[in-house]
Amino acid sequence: MNRRVYLDHAATTPLVPEAREALVRALEIVGNPNSVHAAGRRARAVLEESRETLAECIGADPAEIVFTSGGTEADNLAILGARSRPGRPHILSAPIEHPAVSEAARFAHVADAQQSLSVTSDGHVSLAGAAATVNSHTALVSVQWVNNEIGTIQPIADVAEVARRNGAWMHSDAAQALGHVPLDFAASGVDLMSLAGHKVGAPVGIGALVVSRRISLAPVSFGGGQERTVRSGTQPVALAAAFAAAASRAAQRQADETRRLAALRDLLVAGVTERVGDVELNGADPVSPAVCNMTFRGLRAADLQFLLDREGFDCSTGSACHAGVAQPSEVLLAMGRSLSDASACLRFSFGWSTTSADVESLLAALPALVGQARGAFA
Amino acid sequence: MSGGVDSAVAAARMVDAGHEVTGVHLALSRNPELFRSGSRGCCSLEDSNDARRAADKLGIPFYVWDFSDRFVADVVDDFVAEYQAGRTPNPCLRCNEKIKFAAVLERGLALGFDAIATGHYASLASGPHGTELHRATDPAKDQSYVLGVLTQAQLERSLFPLGGDLKPAVRDEAARRGLSVARKPDSYDICFISDGDTGGFLESRLGARPGLIVDEEGRAVGEHNGSHRFTIGQRKGLHLGHPAADGRPRYVLDISPVSNTVTVGPLEQLRVSALHCIRPTWAAPVRHGEWEGSVQVRAHGQPVGARLDIGDEADIVLDAPLTGIAPGQAAVFYDGTQVVGSATISAARPVLVDA
Repeated sequence: MNRRVYLDHAATTPLVPEAREALVRALEIVGNPNSVHAAGRRARAVLEESRETLAECIGADPAEIVFTSGGTEADNLAILGARSRPGRPHILSAPIEHPAVSEAARFAHVADAQQSLSVTSDGHVSLAGAAATVNSHTALVSVQWVNNEIGTIQPIADVAEVARRNGAWMHSDAAQALGHVPLDFAASGVDLMSLAGHKVGAPVGIGALVVSRRISLAPVSFGGGQERTVRSGTQPVALAAAFAAAASRAAQRQADETRRLAALRDLLVAGVTERVGDVELNGADPVSPAVCNMTFRGLRAADLQFLLDREGFDCSTGSACHAGVAQPSEVLLAMGRSLSDASACLRFSFGWSTTSADVESLLAALPALVGQARGAFA
Repeated sequence: MSGGVDSAVAAARMVDAGHEVTGVHLALSRNPELFRSGSRGCCSLEDSNDARRAADKLGIPFYVWDFSDRFVADVVDDFVAEYQAGRTPNPCLRCNEKIKFAAVLERGLALGFDAIATGHYASLASGPHGTELHRATDPAKDQSYVLGVLTQAQLERSLFPLGGDLKPAVRDEAARRGLSVARKPDSYDICFISDGDTGGFLESRLGARPGLIVDEEGRAVGEHNGSHRFTIGQRKGLHLGHPAADGRPRYVLDISPVSNTVTVGPLEQLRVSALHCIRPTWAAPVRHGEWEGSVQVRAHGQPVGARLDIGDEADIVLDAPLTGIAPGQAAVFYDGTQVVGSATISAARPVLVDA
């Protein structure tokens, strides 16, 4: 097999042509957007145009966009920035969050008792649990829009309402959402929203934190006071331009793309169900069409992933890596699955460049490789 | 690929020989340190990265396989248990026997690989009865002893590309190939005790148990903090209050974990003329009955000629005395340069001294 099949778009996705063009064009501009002379103004104009384009894609005001180096920085700025709210020591999140949220929350949370939001067995944050846990001592509630491992879409508007009732801020990591589900910041009731450029086909190294005009976020790093003092430093004009172009394309095509990817996902699930036994799909509706996580019982996920890699398929066990060794999925464990099930799941994720031929190739290869991995486990 | 220069060069040679190679780093520690601290210890995250970079340079896939749970159970716990029982453990042999050429090899075979190659200094030859294990060309680096526990089935699936080389030449080759680990110091001693303090490690696992150090007549000559801190033949670290009557150094002759007593005495008492061993393993076809060969009892010890009689257990009569033999130590049997097998020393017969 000569051609590799890339099925790890949730990790990163190829640069879209619009982003490449915008990037290359903007790289020609010389000028620090903070300089007052003509060269600076020219750079500044491209930056602000990018900001406006991005804001329009997601239903936000341009003044609410803070450009960052990516999704992780955006998550950290949101969570650490909520830390100093007087009388509110608690940061609440669910155990299914990306480490950029959970690790920042762990650092920031002042706990007499370590609390977290509870998760249902099908991979959604429990609304009843949130209502019972969020209170007047909560500074921030953070719930991802779409889970990165299994793709489940979280009840954002409902949890935002619970937060609002208690005077807590609501943050959502929307890195996996842009382009796959409709995103309207203003309508959602969310106060803070993280975006990652490279998940929608912009280069790695650019993201945004959307900060509602309603709140005043405390900065955690300091310098020239750019980006509303929340994120000091010379802004990456070319990267911002690429991000805006990619986000614009993703938002425009979202409805069609969601349909297209849903069909690919259905094709994969149907094919696996037919050709491979003892497999369970993880993540009940509502779920993003871009992520398909399945448990293949009776094997080590790392072994199947290794065999697929050797056969030309790039896919992931979905869970965090520690020093190159895949860990059992914390998300599946939080859903109440067994340790062996949580160590037997693979994530296939689709993107703008995925075709039905990719899915067909995977379906052709999977049965034998699953058999071999099961043999290695026995 | 440990992240050391030997396994890196071994991998490079396998690639040059035309094999389809995948580099695997074994994660054996549950809490790997960030950096390699000195020459002791192994498998820190820095070592993992060094192995990864070498694989990148060679253009081969690289994976980290986690065997930390098995390693704790089969190697570390065994190490502690042996000391607790007053015996000397062989962690490197256990690791080869249970992990590297067993669990790891099994997993590799199940995933479609044909063989495992390592940077061990040992040689393989094709003999009339199958694959033979022989000493390496470099006597200073020869590691055939720690491979002595392997079976023929394991040897059939193993490759040791460095067996014919001297260590300095291997380092030069690494430098020529542009491998960043060319000048990296070798790791030695026990890989899971990175600060080299075996006594401290054992104490943290077994606690301190104060007891007596006695001479051969049973008279107390000192105190200790745990019999597990000692090994037979040990001279240092005894901290005896007063010298022996003849003024000569004393050595640990016996360890009794039940009474928590350590017996010390003069060097002559450590000299043994024969060994009794249990649980023999064969790296060559089984050889029952008496035969003349040689035996080695330490990783970097001199072999000694011997008459060997190996059945369900083994009796070895040495041509010349060996010093400081501890129960639990591995004896590896050679016929010339070929490793025939190994067994675990259970008892040693002291050289008779004229009264």
